[in-house]
Amino acid sequence: MSIAPAWYLGLAAVLFSMGAIGVLIRRNVLVMFMCIELMLNAANLTFVTFSRVLGDIGGQSLVFFVLVVAAAEVVVGLGIVVAIFRRRSTTMADDLHGMKG
Amino acid sequence: MLAATVPDVVTFALCAAVVLSGGIGVITSRNAVHAALSLVATLFGVAVLFIEQHAYFLAAVQVIVYAGAIVVLFLFVIMFLGVDRREDIEREPLKGQRPLALLFVAISLGGVLAMAAASNWVTGAHGVAGSTTAGGHTDTYLLGKSIFTTYLWAFEITAALLVVAVVGAVVLARRPSRVHDTSEAPGALPGAGGAGPGPADGEAARGGAETAGAPPAPTARTREDEMRPDQPAGVGSGAPAGGTTGPAEGGTR
Repeated sequence: MSIAPAWYLGLAAVLFSMGAIGVLIRRNVLVMFMCIELMLNAANLTFVTFSRVLGDIGGQSLVFFVLVVAAAEVVVGLGIVVAIFRRRSTTMADDLHGMKG
Repeated sequence: MLAATVPDVVTFALCAAVVLSGGIGVITSRNAVHAALSLVATLFGVAVLFIEQHAYFLAAVQVIVYAGAIVVLFLFVIMFLGVDRREDIEREPLKGQRPLALLFVAISLGGVLAMAAASNWVTGAHGVAGSTTAGGHTDTYLLGKSIFTTYLWAFEITAALLVVAVVGAVVLARRPSRVHDTSEAPGALPGAGGAGPGPADGEAARGGAETAGAPPAPTARTREDEMRPDQPAGVGSGAPAGGTTGPAEGGTR
């Protein structure tokens, strides 16, 4: 009928790991935001998979809310990036060391 | 769980390949634009996996909101800031950070997969939001019913969240008004009143040149012309270009 849920969950775990690696090793703030989107998508895939397995529509409702939160997060985050770029002319996280002691 | 048919397996394999290659593209692209396009591939793959799991409404929303709005917003900001240059990802500012990051993520992933393999996926808890197959309705019907009954309060909160996000984005992205600065500077210090707007304008012009500098050739040529002002051809080609781009950029802001 369908693929076993373990495959979907494994794929979601690998995708989440990719997002985590990207956030840890990349220096560009914009790319770090994209990696956060990767992690959110992995969580969404897990939600939908469990929604199908458990026969519960609640997982899909949560994905809907995650989409809304992701949109709001991107809007505010990119606004912050634009504001930082106006002052520092950079989007690299290494150059933003104003709070370093 | 019934056995998977061949189209399901092929679809899943293709989408998994697209999703993973897109993810690798996001974290290894030197150019931010390429990373954003790889992100689109990943989002489409996830959308097809949603369809594969009979979440049709969420697949449509995924494509519309993520690929249609969020990635376009990313691309817009990348182009607007003019940061679509190649990033030097060979250089490692913190020694040993990347091996440590890979090690910790591998440990986490291995732990999650091991825990999942050692235990049961499904806890068997009773659903609270309704079945996915209740009454033979579509997933869109059931999802709407769930959102507007069980999760109505959360849905109302998302409206407030979106309003806050819009207001925050407007406040953050708003350029500080230059009229306010020039009216305030002479009152504060008359001597600095003439010098105050000068660096501000120079800074704004430099920022404008960088934001408009998606093609790097014009800025390089302008800099060369500024370095060699004694040549009449350079002054003739450089000065009108600066004169025309300056007010045009000021008008668009």
